Formats: sequence, C-alpha cells, structure tokens
Amino acid sequence: MQTLVAYVENKPGVLNRVSSLARRLAINIDSLTVGPTENEAIARMTIVAHTDERGAHRLEASLEKLVDVLVAENISTRALLERDLALIKVSADQQNRPHLMELIKVFRARVVDVAPESLIIEVSGAVDKIDGLLEVLRPFGVLEMARTGRISMTRGGDLLQPPVEESSGSELESTVSNVK
Amino acid sequence: MKLTGAEILCESLTRLGVREIFGYPGGAILPVYDALGKSKLHHVLVRHEQGATHMADGYARASGGIGVAMATSGPGATNMVTGIATAMLDSSPVVCITGQVSSKVLGSDAFQEIDITGITMPITKHNVVVTKAEDVARTLREAFLIANSGRPGPVLVDITKDAQQASAEFNWESSVPHLPPKRRRNNHDQAEFDRAIEMLNTAKRPIILAGHGIMVSGAMRAFEQFVRTGNYPVAMTLLGIGCFPADNALNLGMMGMHGEAWVNNAIQEADLLIAVGMRFDDRVTGDLRTYAKSARKIHIEIDRAEINKNVKVDAALVGDAREVLERLMPHIQTCDHSAWIRHVAELKGDSAVRDIQSLPDNGHLYAAHVINDIWKETRGEAIVVTDVGQHQMWEAQYYHHNRPRTLITSGGLGTMGFALPAAIGAKFAKPDSEVWVVVGDGGFQMTMSELATIVQEKINIKIAIINNGFLGMVRQWQEFFYDKRYVATPLVAPDFAALANAFGIRGERITKRAEVIPTIRSARESAETVLIDFRVEQEDSVYPMVAAGASLSDMIRRPNSPLVETATEP
Repeated sequence: MQTLVAYVENKPGVLNRVSSLARRLAINIDSLTVGPTENEAIARMTIVAHTDERGAHRLEASLEKLVDVLVAENISTRALLERDLALIKVSADQQNRPHLMELIKVFRARVVDVAPESLIIEVSGAVDKIDGLLEVLRPFGVLEMARTGRISMTRGGDLLQPPVEESSGSELESTVSNVK
Repeated sequence: MKLTGAEILCESLTRLGVREIFGYPGGAILPVYDALGKSKLHHVLVRHEQGATHMADGYARASGGIGVAMATSGPGATNMVTGIATAMLDSSPVVCITGQVSSKVLGSDAFQEIDITGITMPITKHNVVVTKAEDVARTLREAFLIANSGRPGPVLVDITKDAQQASAEFNWESSVPHLPPKRRRNNHDQAEFDRAIEMLNTAKRPIILAGHGIMVSGAMRAFEQFVRTGNYPVAMTLLGIGCFPADNALNLGMMGMHGEAWVNNAIQEADLLIAVGMRFDDRVTGDLRTYAKSARKIHIEIDRAEINKNVKVDAALVGDAREVLERLMPHIQTCDHSAWIRHVAELKGDSAVRDIQSLPDNGHLYAAHVINDIWKETRGEAIVVTDVGQHQMWEAQYYHHNRPRTLITSGGLGTMGFALPAAIGAKFAKPDSEVWVVVGDGGFQMTMSELATIVQEKINIKIAIINNGFLGMVRQWQEFFYDKRYVATPLVAPDFAALANAFGIRGERITKRAEVIPTIRSARESAETVLIDFRVEQEDSVYPMVAAGASLSDMIRRPNSPLVETATEP
C-alpha cells in the first residue's frame, strides 16, 4: 500500500482526471480523500493505492503531468501522521449499553447520537484503531458505517506545501510559436 | 475592442502564428466558420475529421510547430479521437478545436452533444471546455503553450456555441496564459549526474539508443557532438530516424522488432545503453527479462513518468535532451571504441547476402526495391510519410534519412490510414519540400477520400501504394504464428490508378522492376500529385523479425533463398 499526497486545482473535473489516471495505470485506489486547503483555490488529496514503489512512482510522475495537479508526492516512506474518521451506527439495548460504553471509552471514541435501539459512535485515529473498534463492535450488530478514508501528513518540519503562485507561462510562450 | 468569441478565436489563432486549419464545419462550430471567412486563416476542408487531426499531426511533425484541427460537436468531435490518440502516443503538438452545444443545454443530450472532453481525457495532454467568450483568447494561448512545451502532446479546446456567439472585450496583451503553478523539481541530482559521467567514460561497449526526443528538443547538433566525442555507435528507434544522419559511419540503423540484426545483437552485447529521448517501447526491447542483460543503462528523458517504467536504469537524467547533452559534453572524454565498433561491423555477417537488395531481377517486384529506388531518385531528401505495416518497416530499412523530420510515421499507436492525410499536413508545413506517401493497399483504403482534399487544395505530393493484395503485416504474423491461415487478410482493392483518375489525379500502375525508376522520375517531374500503384510480391515478409514478447536476440531471419521462399502466388 502506498500513500500519495497531491495538491490540485480546486475546480470541477480534477477528481475525475486523477481517478481516471489511476484507472488507466491499472492501479486500484484503496481510499482517496479531497478537501480544501487554507487557500480555497487549491485542494489537497490523500491517495492510498494498492501498488508497489514503482507503481507509486509512475502514479506520482503521471499525476504531476496533469495541468491541474500542482504537486504529487509519494510519502509512503516518510514519518507520517495518518487519520481516518468513522461514524458507526451500532444496535444497543438497555442490557448491552453499559458494556458498549466501556468499549467506547477504551477506544477513546465518542457517542454522538443516542436512540432507543441504537447509538452512533464517532471515532477517529489511525486506520488500525478504527478497524480494531469495528471488530469489537461487530458482535453488537453494526447497522451502518461511514468512513472518510485516510488523510495523511508528514510529521514535524517535513513540509509539503503547494508552490506559490508565480507568473508562469508567459516566459515560456516564446517557444510555442509555429517555428520552433 | 469588442469581438465575438468566434472572432476572438480566429484573431488569437492568427496571432499565435497559425496559417492553416484542417477542419470540417457543422452546426455547433458555424459561428467560428463565419469568422474564419473574414480572417486571413486558410481553412483546408477535409473529407473526414480523422483526416483533419492526422493533417494537423503531419503539419506539426514536419514543422516542429503546432498543427490545428477543427470540427463540430458530436460526430465531428468523436471522429477526431483516433487522430488525437495518434498524436498523444507520438508526443505530437496538435491543438484540436471543437464546437459544442450551447452552455445552457449542456448535459441535456441536445442534438450532436457529446462529452468530448470526457472521451478524450486519457488521450490528450490537456483538454478544456470554454463557455465564455472572454475566456477564448487566454485558453487558446494556454492550449498552445501546453501542446508544445515539455513533452509535447495534443490539447483539445471545446467551445460552446454561445461562447462563440457572445461578444467580449478582446485584449491580447491581458489575455496571458494563467496555468496553475507547478512545483519545480530538482531534475539534476549531482550524484546521479556524476554516476552517468563515470559510466560514459568507462564503458567498453557503449551504444546509444536515439529517439524522437532528440528531434523534439532540437538537440541534433548537440547529439552529433556528443556522439563524435564519445565515439558511440548509434541505434535508432523508428521515430528517432532522421535525428542523426543515416550516412554517418556511427549510425547503425534501426533497432527493435524489425531492426537490423546487427543492431539488436549489438544492444544485447553492449555494456552501456545510453537512451536519449526514447521510452523503451515493447517493440524496441522485446522480452524485458532478456533485454541487454550485460549493460548498465543511462536514460536521458524529459518525462519523469518514463523513468524505470519498462526498463530499470542505473542513472536517470530527467530533462530536455539538448540541455542534458550540453551539460554532459564538457565531461565526456574522447573515447576510442574502435575494437567494439569493428566488432559491431562484424556482427553484420551475412546480412548483406541475405538482403533483398542483393537479389537479381527475377521478374518479381519487391516492396523493398520500390522504396529503395524512391530513396535513390529523391537522393534521400524527400519527406516520406508512411502508413502502418510492412511498407512502414521497409521504409525504415530502405529509405535512408539524413535530416530530421523527414520520416513521418505513426509509431506508438500504429494508426492505419495515417499516411495520406498526414502527408497533406506535411506538405502545408513544408510547401517547398518533396513529399512522398508510402502506404499499403489496406491503410490507403481507410482514408483515401482525402484524395479529394488534395485536388481541392491543388497540392503536389507523390503517392506510392505498396499493393500486395493483403493486409501484409497481419498476413506475415499469420504465416509465422498461425500456420498460414490467412483469415481476413486477403484484400480486394479498387483499381487505384483508375480511382485516382476519377478524382482528377494522374494514376499509374507498375508491375515490373524495370518500370519503377522511369515512373518515379516521371512522377517527380510532374507539378501535380501522382499516384503510383506498385503491384508488389504478395507474400513477402519483413525481416528480421523479433516475435512479440520474444528476446531481442531471437530473430527470425530472411531465408537465404528468398526467390523460392516468397515467389508464390495465392
């Protein structure tokens, strides 16, 4: 499994270009999350892909060839902070509710909705933590689940920032006239 | 100054240096055609939109500039798909402009509405929909910038009808390209660079694999210096042909599936491959597990995505071929590889004896002879545009190109039907050059309607149909790998000379070797297009051949007595 982060133009069609590229390279995407950045013109993607290092290089380099992709970077081998968020609706009656609450406390999850027959649990953290909670909730009856997919960030001073706006283009334009 | 989107489009094209547009009108692009009529741009009316894209592609490849194709929405746009993909696979800078239904009805399945940007997403370098007249000039400048920068490729600009009709303020100076900022990558890792220098200066059996990128970056002079200093033998890819003179002693010829036997053997024996502007296509490498096992590999390539894609290399120098070669030059020691070069010459062995050129006239007409005679008669100075198949490989083997951009052929996609329209485009790019089409009877029948375009435009090209009555390359595979079961490869064709006459073009039919040169001469003397139908040997094959997926060392060679082997009638 390889993790890539990409900064892309925040406009229609870009997600399609990115996912279509992975499809063309026959790379299966495990999760892809997109969200705006502090600059609303730029969105950040975290792409988790079923591929090896060579496939990730190809995906990274091919992504960067897309006009709307500002940066693509394979961060798999770097020190990462990874987060996934899940909402899990689990059936809960009067008898098992205390037991359920214990488990939720252990996993440092939160109850965000309470109904007579069910609870919605919100949990965030590394993927295996959520998988672990899910495992112990299963016997109670998981009715519904929604997960965001992973977001990743390199730790500490290892910064991955979008390039600053520059007046690109005009200085290159002299090379595109009909006689090269 | 207020102009309509359509007028802005024409004005922008003019300012970008465009002279000719290859296109076909229709409802959703009519406002543009109306503006075209008032502009100085010359519109070439094609007979099928695929032809328009191939013409733009041929124009781009012959000139090094950008070719422009135009079509209406829906079927006009979808007919362009094969031509766009052809340009994509061969990194050819083509800008396609399509009309689109009005933005108000987008997504409603309106008449002749199709999502052409969706369709062409994987086969364009970039594509974009324009829905506002004020965006036309900037978008077009961006399209031209993208098409011919870095690794070139096709760009499609889809303009809605209302954007063509609406008026907007036209200000060229302020319509500057505004592309997303890209992170600048450090492509010149010093350690990698030093490693490459070390390999270049210590190799005993080096060989250069020269590709299309040398031409694209205009690196011919730097490359020639590099080769001369290092004394490296040069093998060419199909699209690399012309980037280094065929008559240079260090030029070995073409590599790969139908490359020369000694070239492939030299690659297999080399201790260093220096790949410049090529991408280790499967037609070049054969079986990767057995490819150049004893060689270290340096890859000079502008596209980072090509590095280690097919062949794992020891040093990757990412960048423009000319820039990288010029950076390497001061560090290259003058090397003496004469022992190795002598050895490569010895590898030629009996190739000359096996060569079909050595055959005496046995009453049969061979394609290789026809092509070699065209080479001799044109003194190797013509622009030759080929289609795809056996004749294409014979052209690569028997027409010796000394100058860049004189062989125009569909390499990556292998698009039959490419030759005739691409030659028309090439002729517009180089009106003073002699242009020859070398095409099979199969591929010619795919796009022969463009003969009418030739007549309408009054252009002068020479068309050599290598007519063997078969889809020859497929037949050859059936002969070698399917026990001569010729399913769907025998091909009925019209009388091409009579067909040419019907279009108002002079047509000739040649069946004997003695008639070849006089007919070529007479065609060359004509100021008009001439079509020559060469009825060649029906079951001749291209040799040598590396079967698909076989090792490069494992070549099927021309039988020693081809007279017996190939002189059969079906």
